[in-house]
Amino acid sequence: MRHKVAGYKLGRNTAHRRSLLRNLVTSVIVEERIETTIPKAKAAKPIVEKMITLGKRGDLAARRLAGAYLMTDEALVKLFDTVGPRFGDRNGGYTRIIRTGWNKGDGADKAFLELLGSEKVLDEKREKRAENRAKKNAEARKAMEDAEAQAQHDGGIEPVKEESEDKK
Amino acid sequence: MPNPKRRHSQKRTSTRRAHDALKSHSLSECPNCHEKKMPHRACVKCGYYKGREVVEVKEAS
Repeated sequence: MRHKVAGYKLGRNTAHRRSLLRNLVTSVIVEERIETTIPKAKAAKPIVEKMITLGKRGDLAARRLAGAYLMTDEALVKLFDTVGPRFGDRNGGYTRIIRTGWNKGDGADKAFLELLGSEKVLDEKREKRAENRAKKNAEARKAMEDAEAQAQHDGGIEPVKEESEDKK
Repeated sequence: MPNPKRRHSQKRTSTRRAHDALKSHSLSECPNCHEKKMPHRACVKCGYYKGREVVEVKEAS
């Protein structure tokens, strides 16, 4: 009896649900971790694992099956080149759902859906982002200081007070 | 259409509602920052879950 295993409808019609899940699965594979609602995470999780199983198989037929589902070539390449080999010695359970909290507006229960071993990749990503941000801030500060110097050089009647905005 | 035969007393209403009270959540303690947190969820205060940082939490500035 397969009672009560109908799965998740997510309040969408078939085409909408299929698109949503394809997008979610593609994003998990590309980004390693996504934040979404718990029902969506639970609905996407088995599909992600099936994709990874295809990635581990690695033959042409598997590649075509995965390519028919995933939205981007980038995800397909990553699935077969990095994600599949990474889980070579593991039989299933490639993903993890971590409950995080609630949306402020609608109170929806949120969770992360992530691939195991995503910590390293995510840390690298985070560092890169912090670096970029620091660079951008430094540039902005420099531009502002230059502009100020220029203004004072031109006459300097009105001292520009932008320092308070500068500090984050 | 059927209609109520008798007036409903306040007591009857309040007796019925005696069991309707909401229970508070049972909170567990975060092993990292020792704040109360929801069980089976990443800590809202420090972003830790199962011994590692899961979410980046913005520092109050």
